[in-house]
Amino acid sequence: MRKLLVFCLMLALLTGLMGGCGESDGRVTINVYNWGQYISEGDEGYMDVIAEFEKEYPNIRVNYVTFDSNETMYTKMSNGGITVDVIIPSDYMVGRLVEEGMLQPLNYENIPNYQYIDAAFRGRAYDPEEKYTVPYTWGTVGIIYNSKYVDEADVTGWELLWNKKYADKILMFDNSRDAFCIAQCLLGYDINTTDPQELLHCAQKLDEQRPVVQQYIMDQVFDLMENEEAWITPYYAGDYLTMAEENENLQFFLPQEQGFNWFVDAMCIPTCCENQYEAELFINFLCRPDIAGANMDWVCYGTPETAAKAYMDPEVVGDPNAYPDEEMLAQKGKSFVSLPRSTTRLMETLFMQVRNGIEIKLPD
Amino acid sequence: MKKNRSLLLSGPYILWMLAFTLIPLGVVLYYALTDVETGKFTLNNMAQLLQYLPAFWRSICYSVVAALICLLIGYPVAYYMSRCGAVAQKFLYMLVMLPMCMSFLLRTMAWVGLLQDTGIINSLLSSIGLPTVEMIRTPGAVILGMVYNYLPYMILPLYSVICKIDRRLVEAAEDLGCNGPKVFSKVILPLSMPGILTGMTMVFVPAVSTFYISNKMGSTETILIGDIIERMFKQGDNANMGAALSLLLMVLVFVCTGIINRFGSDEEGSVIV
Repeated sequence: MRKLLVFCLMLALLTGLMGGCGESDGRVTINVYNWGQYISEGDEGYMDVIAEFEKEYPNIRVNYVTFDSNETMYTKMSNGGITVDVIIPSDYMVGRLVEEGMLQPLNYENIPNYQYIDAAFRGRAYDPEEKYTVPYTWGTVGIIYNSKYVDEADVTGWELLWNKKYADKILMFDNSRDAFCIAQCLLGYDINTTDPQELLHCAQKLDEQRPVVQQYIMDQVFDLMENEEAWITPYYAGDYLTMAEENENLQFFLPQEQGFNWFVDAMCIPTCCENQYEAELFINFLCRPDIAGANMDWVCYGTPETAAKAYMDPEVVGDPNAYPDEEMLAQKGKSFVSLPRSTTRLMETLFMQVRNGIEIKLPD
Repeated sequence: MKKNRSLLLSGPYILWMLAFTLIPLGVVLYYALTDVETGKFTLNNMAQLLQYLPAFWRSICYSVVAALICLLIGYPVAYYMSRCGAVAQKFLYMLVMLPMCMSFLLRTMAWVGLLQDTGIINSLLSSIGLPTVEMIRTPGAVILGMVYNYLPYMILPLYSVICKIDRRLVEAAEDLGCNGPKVFSKVILPLSMPGILTGMTMVFVPAVSTFYISNKMGSTETILIGDIIERMFKQGDNANMGAALSLLLMVLVFVCTGIINRFGSDEEGSVIV
């Protein structure tokens, strides 16, 4: 008798667990795949964007998953076997996904809020015909440093990241494209070069830097910089504002003379999407100026909607690090375009040699 | 008849092995021997393995050292546990298991918080006026991480083997005039050899392929082969090279466990995994 009871309980538990995974409540689930720390999730005083969306559309459930680099996202998507309804990759990755036919054309009728997107962010190189994307944010890559330890006189440009004085306190991007971009700006190469020799030189430059690098990082940067475990790092301007709220010694420097990456991250729907209409509702919701404003208040990246700025903290909108002079941006900012897969793979191989301290050479 | 039935019973597991071990191994082999661009047969991936040998070597050294330290720490604990009363044994057993109930990632992150330059230990040191110590991002930190995370895998097999040692053999040795250290080296140690070998293997194998520990607690100088494999698959978009590396790692693990087993071949038992 007791055994039977235990058996029944186990069965109940099991079915309970399984029921938990299914959609027993009749809601449609959309899978959103986005960068880490890239949506306002209801920290104190900020809006919980996803909860707000689910409140507005009670029949849709959002399953939110994060990635830490465009490449990770791409590998997962191209391996197949997953359903994703909305992704938010960067410009050059959008270009590649379009080229490889991995994006679904959007039905802009379901996204009326697209009208708020500024002209400067429409029809850019990654999506010239405005068929696949809705811009989410834009930003710049610069140097974040801790003014408590770093001498202002040393903050002259990207070469700060090579400065032996701060050995073991310097962080570096752990993704090949962003890391190579810095070497390219320093050496004066085009940031979209496909020339193997130029890439080799960049790799050698990055290899020179390796002895002073504490770690190659992505999302870990927040803890390390806020706790002063590291003093200097290249990173995205928007994340600098987030870090500066925690540690007021942090400063931002944009090496205008040498050039820097100016990027746009855009919302797209991949071909493996199963609920396109609901996905478009989600994109539309994120474009609504009041939502976009509240979201960017926390994310701190640039909004492509002037209308959204009215809903934002005026301090952020007025911050020259978050919203640098537009003329300067257009002149000095450099945008990535999609590169052939053989080039990105070569870059990755070279970067792997740099990271692992292997002799730098082009593969045969 | 009896044989047939046992085959029937082991059927599900054999199928499982086939589907989730042997076939994937075949896939790994296929990837390792094909070109990343064209998908054609090539030995190029194998040829490129050579440049990763330092990382392989480092991984093996670190994990052997970690396994030996685990043995040094774990053996006395296991021995002591086996001598305790039944209740105390259960309690100690639970204590050994307890850290394993927490997430592996969390435990490693906690060590980072303790060891880093601005971490708990260094903050304490500097608050009482002592100079800070450089602990994180050293080979020692990586080995510490391995020892901490895999120590239970050493203690548990040792404990179960030592528990089963017949007390009468020890008494017999003592009756026949053998002194304490000799009893240990001539009777207890040989009899616990199977536990030692199993423990060594169970610490060595996960440690040699780890990537998270070296990633969090190591530096650019302590990159292990697991890091490289993880990167090849995740960021590198080069599953073929990753497969070739995994294959070599697998071969090396087999060779190393083979060597460990050799030590036990002339003893009573060999590895029980």
